[in-house]
Amino acid sequence: MTDLTRLTLAEARDALARKEFSARELTAAHLDAIARARALNAYVLETPEKALAMAEASDARRARGEAGPLEGIPLGVKDLFCTEGVRTTACSKILGEFVPPYESTVTSQLWRDGAVMLGKLNNDEFAMGSSNETSAFGPVVSPWRRQGSDTKLVPGGSSGGSAAAVAAGLCLGATGTDTGGSIRQPAAFTGTVGIKPTYGRCSRWGIVAFASSLDQAGPFAKTVRDAAILLRSMAGHDPKDTTSVDRPVPDYEAAIGRPVKGLTIGIPKEYRIDGMAAEIDALWQQGIAWLKEAGATIVEISLPHTKYALPAYYIVAPAEASSNLARYDGVRYGLRVPGESIGDMYEKTRAAGFGREVRRRIMIGTYVLSAGYYDAYYLRAQKVRTLIKRDFEIAFDAGVDAVLTPATPSAAFGIGEKGAADPVEMYLNDVFTVTVNMAGLPGIAVPAGLDGQGLPLGLQLIGRPFDEETLFALGSAIEQAAGRFVAPEAWWG
Amino acid sequence: MSVDQATVRRVAHLARIAVTDAEVPHLQGELNAILAFVEQLAEVDVSGVEPMTSVTPMAMKAREDKVTDGFIADKVLANAPASDDGYYLVPKVVE
Repeated sequence: MTDLTRLTLAEARDALARKEFSARELTAAHLDAIARARALNAYVLETPEKALAMAEASDARRARGEAGPLEGIPLGVKDLFCTEGVRTTACSKILGEFVPPYESTVTSQLWRDGAVMLGKLNNDEFAMGSSNETSAFGPVVSPWRRQGSDTKLVPGGSSGGSAAAVAAGLCLGATGTDTGGSIRQPAAFTGTVGIKPTYGRCSRWGIVAFASSLDQAGPFAKTVRDAAILLRSMAGHDPKDTTSVDRPVPDYEAAIGRPVKGLTIGIPKEYRIDGMAAEIDALWQQGIAWLKEAGATIVEISLPHTKYALPAYYIVAPAEASSNLARYDGVRYGLRVPGESIGDMYEKTRAAGFGREVRRRIMIGTYVLSAGYYDAYYLRAQKVRTLIKRDFEIAFDAGVDAVLTPATPSAAFGIGEKGAADPVEMYLNDVFTVTVNMAGLPGIAVPAGLDGQGLPLGLQLIGRPFDEETLFALGSAIEQAAGRFVAPEAWWG
Repeated sequence: MSVDQATVRRVAHLARIAVTDAEVPHLQGELNAILAFVEQLAEVDVSGVEPMTSVTPMAMKAREDKVTDGFIADKVLANAPASDDGYYLVPKVVE
């Protein structure tokens, strides 16, 4: 039998339907691959017994003729999603051995549609990071390496475990969350496809909160088609999340291969940043050429407030985080460090439980929301956010269907190479992705090429609100032109 | 704007995070690096601009005013570091 972990999700789905193999065989093949790939540290919790039980239940459903859209498909779940009866930590020591008594809406919909859970995937602590190095479980190692080098590279972050697992064939797809680029940047670093849907498209219920006005769930996949299949199951209105939107979920897969002829693609001049790597610019020009050849019209646009998105984000996101993370107090769940008084207990628990990056962001958030500084920082940042969104609205009103940009300013870097001296150095990774969260728009990262050292690079497409279908159509056009970029043969074991 | 060491200690206390004396200078440097980075927002003209309150213009749905959940005290307390007889236990608050 061929290696089942090399299949795409769509190929596996179709082969399962033809009964070429069982869900149990497919799941077992992935569990074997996971057990051999522990050097990558992609999974923080493997759930093989649960996976096999779910796979057997799936085979039984199929035998009864009750197969769902994801019937028998083994998936990995970012450890930010609460999973009933399965430890969920957000990769923070402060959640300790927290075992949720409930299931997040997004994952419950995946299981509803027949998918199988392989385990929980590593991420930056509370999704705060761009390299997966802030995880309490340690960094994830990318399956990609520079040509002729064995330097360990980051898979990006915060959904680094999800990206590495999909790239290394340790699942057929994975969930991620994206607050400033945490799906699209790791997707670009690992040659995988990642989409952050429009804010409100997926329910946030049961996902550990970071910055509630920016957080959105989305899938990681090997192909654009696979991402479309997964998003259809993840999306939808949920009465338990008042910011989730009540509008029908389209059949996203139907958009794959849809002609892009006649679409207007905006190229924002402000994304040509100072000191942009020649390879990134060349990739962008190649993407423009591919879409032009496919019949799209290319227009230059201006998004004048682009450069302010990242600084505004580093006010809004920490402010919301400082509020959301106030709940970790050592009383109701997770870690408790004893203290002389209740206040002493709070302070000791939070000092011991939060890692450095999380403490830093809570303190920035606390500062910008504190008396006397609210107007200068938070209120101003929210006004800038209005201007960032308006920039996009003007472009869309002028007839632009989607915006094409690079996904990241560089390829993946080595573990420990960035951000040690200055936290802002790491933050700059999200310079192309963060505008999309600030404006609540959908964005997809699609692999488009390799850099001079053989590492994957991605392009980003940004769409109108709730027009993920156009992103899938354009993404598949780029994929068709660029081909797929599969990680090297398993050097990790 | 930049923060001094007294402000670092005050903010840490507001955030209920214990910091040691040795950590303060380092935290001060990091916070000031981030504050210097966000300083560029001061050059944006925001006069007459409404602050964003919601990225998607939508009216939140109100649900029916009735009990939908409850009577799950055991589940609620299952992850508590210390509980007894349906209560969370904490250090003495009132003398």
